[in-house]
Amino acid sequence: MKSLAELAAIREKMKDKVVLREGTTNTRIVVGMATCGIAAGARPVLNAFVEGVDKEGLNDSVTVTQTGCIGICQYEPVVEIFQPGKEKVTYVKMTVEKAEKVLKEHIKGGKVVEEYTIASAKKA
Amino acid sequence: MKELSLNVLDIAQNSVKAEADLIRICIEETEESLTFSITDNGYGMTPEVLARVETPFYTTRTTRKVGLGIPLLKLAAEQTGGDVTITSRHRDAFPDSHGTKVVARFYKTHIDFTPLGDIVSTLTTLIQGSPSIDFEFSHVTPDTEVRLDTRELRQVLGEEIPLNEAEIIRWIADYLKEQYENKKI
Ligand SMILES: Nc1ncnc2c1ncn2[C@@H]1O[C@H](COP(=O)(O)OP(=O)(O)OP(=O)(O)O)[C@@H](O)[C@H]1O
Ligand SMILES: [Mg+2]
Repeated sequence: MKSLAELAAIREKMKDKVVLREGTTNTRIVVGMATCGIAAGARPVLNAFVEGVDKEGLNDSVTVTQTGCIGICQYEPVVEIFQPGKEKVTYVKMTVEKAEKVLKEHIKGGKVVEEYTIASAKKA
Repeated sequence: MKELSLNVLDIAQNSVKAEADLIRICIEETEESLTFSITDNGYGMTPEVLARVETPFYTTRTTRKVGLGIPLLKLAAEQTGGDVTITSRHRDAFPDSHGTKVVARFYKTHIDFTPLGDIVSTLTTLIQGSPSIDFEFSHVTPDTEVRLDTRELRQVLGEEIPLNEAEIIRWIADYLKEQYENKKI
């Protein structure tokens, strides 16, 4: 059984790491979580990013946050990527599979997945 | 919404937006019904806003731009023969006891009942997005009883470890899942 004692052990293990991490993140992944986003499937997309960032060991440089309505309901789930010195990238109609690809190719590999961006969606 | 747990997430996001620092989510099930309530201590609604929110889906849609969250919840509840009740106290009139309570009742035997779905994911999503808000969760069914109170976790973790650390989120998910597997005797 999971117990609060186990949580205390995790705390001891994490204490130093969390302090070190402060101020080091540089990529922000923002997932739209308003009603339209949630209805379109934003919850699993958010979780795919949270789990993926953790699994890839990117917690020190990447944060995943949630936001309200971005105002483009027809394109939900919407995900925005902010990186210092780069233009914001907006991915639309996201799915878990697309999130995994964005994580691998864009966040890790540094190459925007053009086909999922809002610019491509508008062209189509 | 595909699952009721998504309505729970969406309605709880209203509480987050209302600047609540404590949100209670209680789900109670019998063989025939599922009732959930979401109670917050946020800034609340004035009687005018509450009245507007209470008007049915089809009228509100054409008269003015209001949100979709509560109408969608009402639709989901009413199509099973259930209902939604909202009570709220705005901080202007109730500076010391403001907040909102939304209660939604569903009949599980009705063909249009949507299952609860992944409620664990709803909770971890809420905590991940609002690590400084406290959540009190309980889900009681005829054969399970699941509880979580982030205040207890915070007590163990202390100030320096936020609840939205990946490892903590994972622990919370496992903690809840274990309780779901552990049937009452
Ligand atoms: N817990 C709450 N506390 C204070 N005000 C609330 C609360 N829940 C709802 N409201 C009020 O009711 C309105 C309608 O809520 P609803 O969820 O239907 O739509 P929304 O949140 O505005 O937009 P959407 O849910 O479509 O993203 C809100 O805009 C807000 O003014
Ligand atoms: Mg809402």
